Amino acid sequence: MQVDTTINGRKILIEINNGEFLLETLRRYGYLSVKQGCDTSSCGLCTVWLDGKPVLSCSTLTARIAGREITTIEALQSEAEEFAQYLVAEGAEQCGFCAPGFTMTVLAMKRELENPTEDDIIHYLAGNLCRCSGYKGQLRGIKNYMGVK
Amino acid sequence: MFEIEEYIVPTTLEDAYQILENDSSAVVLGGCGYLKLANRKIGTAIDLSALNLDFINENDDTVEIGAMTSLRDLETHLITQSRYSGILASSIESIVGIQLRNNVTIGGSVAGRYAFSDPICALLALDAELELFSQGRVTLSNYLEDKQKKDILVKVVIPYLDLRAAYQSVRRNSTDYPMLNCAVSEREKKYRVVVGSRPARAALAKDASEFLSTNVLNANNIDKAAEIAATELNFGDNPRASKEYRKAVCPVLIRRALNEIVEGEKHAS
Repeated sequence: MQVDTTINGRKILIEINNGEFLLETLRRYGYLSVKQGCDTSSCGLCTVWLDGKPVLSCSTLTARIAGREITTIEALQSEAEEFAQYLVAEGAEQCGFCAPGFTMTVLAMKRELENPTEDDIIHYLAGNLCRCSGYKGQLRGIKNYMGVK
Repeated sequence: MFEIEEYIVPTTLEDAYQILENDSSAVVLGGCGYLKLANRKIGTAIDLSALNLDFINENDDTVEIGAMTSLRDLETHLITQSRYSGILASSIESIVGIQLRNNVTIGGSVAGRYAFSDPICALLALDAELELFSQGRVTLSNYLEDKQKKDILVKVVIPYLDLRAAYQSVRRNSTDYPMLNCAVSEREKKYRVVVGSRPARAALAKDASEFLSTNVLNANNIDKAAEIAATELNFGDNPRASKEYRKAVCPVLIRRALNEIVEGEKHAS
């Protein structure tokens, strides 16, 4: 089937299998920032935005994006770089495999939550797992980025 | 490998139901969060996205939730946060992560009749009803007990506005499925105690509910009701927890939920 959609601001007509999931489609079309992790809706590595909201591309049917707007981190380069500096400042950069999905969730949180508490941040990011180490450094970096004391 | 032979996005409920009724391979899609885990082939997939079933409305004496409303909308909407002591929101907030909750729908959660479901447990305590396209209005309680008949869930209806409620669950970690969950509601001194993920599907603890509805709510009776529920309901084993563990934890969750109701009453007065 064919699906008319918008990816990173560009209208595009894509050819897909009916049962295809968005993760597979995006990688096939060259959006390689989108990583495959658990592929079972658990880890958050494949997070992209659907109409501005973070979703798991591994469990989003591509047929469902018809007429809608997908955003990957390729479209948010400068914001992502700005956020990365906050992680670097806290020594929280790790292997990087989970970083695109994790960053997409953080940037969505920045838009959605005003003056979040530490608990709000932890709750918002509960669906993003990091396999390298703990979350303390990341949390410090995110709090600084979000302006949370 | 997951396959869909034909993908249809009907523009009316009538069309959607006709496809479902006439095509034995047809399946109604919800939010699709766990679709591919079944590793199956679907003949005809019916996508309800174009039917405007994404809504949360409060009327004179009911709250209505469209079947395609996402769990995240249910979690963050002013109505669901403020009504029913916020349990429709709080019962959902531990389900995996925000990204999944942005996609999965209340219709998919309910129609899936999942035994581990958090929202089913909460909705059952709220005595929710379901609007089905063909069968009309049925209680959630009957829907869960009946054999599955093909139909389309249009909306969930909670028939009262003035219910007070509490929700409790215990999980191995914060985003896992519950090992046990429990919801309690009260309206005009009538109580409903529901326990789910036993690991069987959520069910009303009838004796405990009756006991609470005919006795004064005090510490002693809360303890008694919690023990009655743990005795009348069946528990079992699964990889998350043993039968014995669930039976032991059940009264603890019920006591916590009832104490929340007591605290709420104190604040209200």
